[in-house]
Amino acid sequence: MSASLPVSAARPAPGGPLRALSDLLYRHRGLALAALLVPPLLWFGVIYLGSLFTLLAHSFFALDEFSGLVDRSTFTLQNFRDLLQPANLDVMLRTVLMAVAVTVACTAIGFPIAYYMARHARGSQKALLYIAVMLPLWSSYLVRLYAWKLLLAKEGAISWVFAEMHLTWLLDALLATPVIGGNSLSFSRLGTFLVFVYMWLPFMILPIQAAIERIPGSLLEASSDLGASGRTTFWKVIFPLAMPGIAAGSIFTFSLTLGDYIIPQVIGDSTLFIGQVVYRQQGVAGNIPFAAAFSLVPIVVIGVYLWFAKRLGAFDAL
Amino acid sequence: MTVAVVLDGVSCVFGSGAQTVRAVDRVDLTIEGGEFFTLLGPSGSGKTTCLRMIGGFTLPTSGSIRIGGEDVTHRPPYARPVNTVFQDYALFPHMSIRDNVAYGLMVQKVPKAERHRRADEMLALVRLPGVGDRRPMQLSGGQRQRVALARALINRPQVLLLDEPLGALDLKLREQMQTELKALQRQLGITFLFITHDQHEALSMSDRIGVFNQGRLEQVATPAALYNRPATRFVAEFVGAANVLDGELARQLSGLASVMLRPERIELVGDGAGHVSATVMDSQYFGAFHRLRVDLAGTALAVDLNPQQHPSLPEPGARVGLRWAADAIHPLAAEDAA
Amino acid sequence: MRSDPSKAGWGLKAATWGAVLFLHLPLALIILYAFSAEDKSYVFPPPALTTQWFAAAWEREDVWAAIGLSFRVALVATAVAMVLGTLAAAGLARTRFFGRDAISLLLILPIALPGVITGIALRSAYGALEIPFSYWTIVIGHATFCVVVVYNNAVARLRRTSPSLIEASMDLGADTFQTIRYVILPQLGSALLAGGLLAFALSFDEVIVTTFTAGQQTTLPIWMLQELIRPRQRPVTNVVAVVIIALTFLPILAAYYLTRADETPAGR
Repeated sequence: MSASLPVSAARPAPGGPLRALSDLLYRHRGLALAALLVPPLLWFGVIYLGSLFTLLAHSFFALDEFSGLVDRSTFTLQNFRDLLQPANLDVMLRTVLMAVAVTVACTAIGFPIAYYMARHARGSQKALLYIAVMLPLWSSYLVRLYAWKLLLAKEGAISWVFAEMHLTWLLDALLATPVIGGNSLSFSRLGTFLVFVYMWLPFMILPIQAAIERIPGSLLEASSDLGASGRTTFWKVIFPLAMPGIAAGSIFTFSLTLGDYIIPQVIGDSTLFIGQVVYRQQGVAGNIPFAAAFSLVPIVVIGVYLWFAKRLGAFDAL
Repeated sequence: MTVAVVLDGVSCVFGSGAQTVRAVDRVDLTIEGGEFFTLLGPSGSGKTTCLRMIGGFTLPTSGSIRIGGEDVTHRPPYARPVNTVFQDYALFPHMSIRDNVAYGLMVQKVPKAERHRRADEMLALVRLPGVGDRRPMQLSGGQRQRVALARALINRPQVLLLDEPLGALDLKLREQMQTELKALQRQLGITFLFITHDQHEALSMSDRIGVFNQGRLEQVATPAALYNRPATRFVAEFVGAANVLDGELARQLSGLASVMLRPERIELVGDGAGHVSATVMDSQYFGAFHRLRVDLAGTALAVDLNPQQHPSLPEPGARVGLRWAADAIHPLAAEDAA
Repeated sequence: MRSDPSKAGWGLKAATWGAVLFLHLPLALIILYAFSAEDKSYVFPPPALTTQWFAAAWEREDVWAAIGLSFRVALVATAVAMVLGTLAAAGLARTRFFGRDAISLLLILPIALPGVITGIALRSAYGALEIPFSYWTIVIGHATFCVVVVYNNAVARLRRTSPSLIEASMDLGADTFQTIRYVILPQLGSALLAGGLLAFALSFDEVIVTTFTAGQQTTLPIWMLQELIRPRQRPVTNVVAVVIIALTFLPILAAYYLTRADETPAGR
């Protein structure tokens, strides 16, 4: 074993084009950054932004009356005028109200479990709860929807439960209620509402849980140290600090409900929601321009909602 | 003796306009081959940036760097004949210890058998035989540090850069490693460039020390010269405790504008028997010495006393005399007089 | 934040486990229905249990064709997403430059905006450029929203990786490409795998954008959707649903375990 190391002269230079390229990238960091970011930016710029732009452009086109094809040569505001027709305004209002109702329900159901997970669960129970909430989130959307079709069917599990509890009269009364009722739960707006809540619930639970987790324990100790009861601490300290989590979750529930066209079609009465109109117009009717104009509505509504959510601190909680 | 590293007018400037940060400001430095050189200074003083520029991790904004005579100013780290021991050791977690140490050889396509043999040699050199098959996660901080050392030395660099390598170790281990590193450097004869903010470490290990302050190199000297003849007030106060006198008091006592006096060079005598008289303020016990604080015409001075020679201390408020040898007073550069 | 197990009231506990049941009972129900002997309706409780429908599903050509298409689409979409997502993560993880936040937002947008928007946007673009529906029109849509899944995982891992590892590698003589090969990719490895698994599951299950970009083609979700609207052979649908649960359950769980340490610790 040598006790002293002979000092090397110049560093061996393997050379080669790769090393030269490496030298170049090292000297010019900007070049390296560009090399990394150009492919994804090209893809997103051309494909994604490009198609969004095309969408916007189409909202100013119209169908040619005779051929039924999209006429791209003239700009018109006809689509936007059509949007203001009562039938269409109905659709928009219906969808927004549903989105609000779903958001409120998800918050009400999701808050307790999020609170429990953040403040009381520990170790393996916490991990179990986390997986329990996360799994449906990533599971197949359609399978979960299908499960509810089974549940809500006239002969399905929910009817059976009501029957076993001798509450069939209650179910019938609900179904007889105008606006939300229908032939069976599966064909009522009440059913649509239930399914929406089920689908988006995990999206609400996780941000609230994260927000409550972030509250330093020392704040709660200080609160009780200063004499506040558990209830006061909750409403004065915990709830306000959990607001950003609620706002973040509500972005998901609101935006997802606003654009969904599958759930109302599978479970619901035959009234239309925004997503359905967009889907139908571009499908059979081939009326892409009108569909495009209609699809701008949820974008605007979400934009407004995001502005409110930002003021409530939702973006910090995402 | 050959010259290992030369920094010529090297600067590293970030930002612009009102937010300009001169991390390193026009530094000229020559490091001799085979010496143990330390860059000493507080956090943010530029010593780390300097090291990184020599290693190639940061590029200087002006000036040139020569290693072994070659201009390496713009070369990437892999093209420089230096190797680094990082502050957090930077061992590759997904490789075994042996593969970590042999990494430099693997990159040069040295055959497996030979590079494993040399890796084991290096591990024996740093007194860690037998850990070759383990993972970094399984080793203690001190052991990881030795592995980092072995890994850096296997390429036989001209200069070894050590970025505050002992900072994470506890006191006893740190002292042990200081001795070992010094011995290793002597044994190998490689130039070591060591960074620390701990002046005790610097004084005990180095052949020469360069003191950094706010991006500027304030003084380069041997430990003794640095301690006894600091060039500036900053160096005087950073390396060891110092009494800095300036203004009227300095002129009275020495005829100079600004001077330094080490606490252990001041002798405590009876009132009137010394050069000057002062009033005792308080004292602190440090085991090997008492540090007495006295008030000399409005300036606080520290006086270090041997407990054997001064078994009892004067009370606060007492008047005492101070005396010192002629060469104990050291002039400081006038511009540093606060 | 410290937990407080002693103080959870029974009401809170009931609400918590009630919510968990609410989330999982429907899925359990499907598994039950896959064994139901009744094939004309969704009657509960099922009159008898049988495994015959699993064999019947196995015979169905259209189901296999749909699975095949979904699989091929997911494979290519995941591959593209992994490349683009990793490149983007490498460029954005530790850098700071003007426009950086805008680029991260751009990557997230396909998932942030409702799927119907992405769907109709792509549809209108295909229409304008007169591109006929094909395998590629589906893949392009899927790859676009799968990028963010890979990106998130890669960025989380890169942020956890100490930059001195890269410097150490270069210090020891490895150039950029060697460093990528010997240090960066091994560090990223399991995060990329997790991202790929999640992207695959996402693509396999996607229906909202796919209906706009598939034309006449039938991926498995589209097949499922058709069955939902116009049921042909209910029990077979139940069986396929169970299979889908199993197929998506596994990659998600695997991805979770691969990247558990990368998440911001949930009260750990």
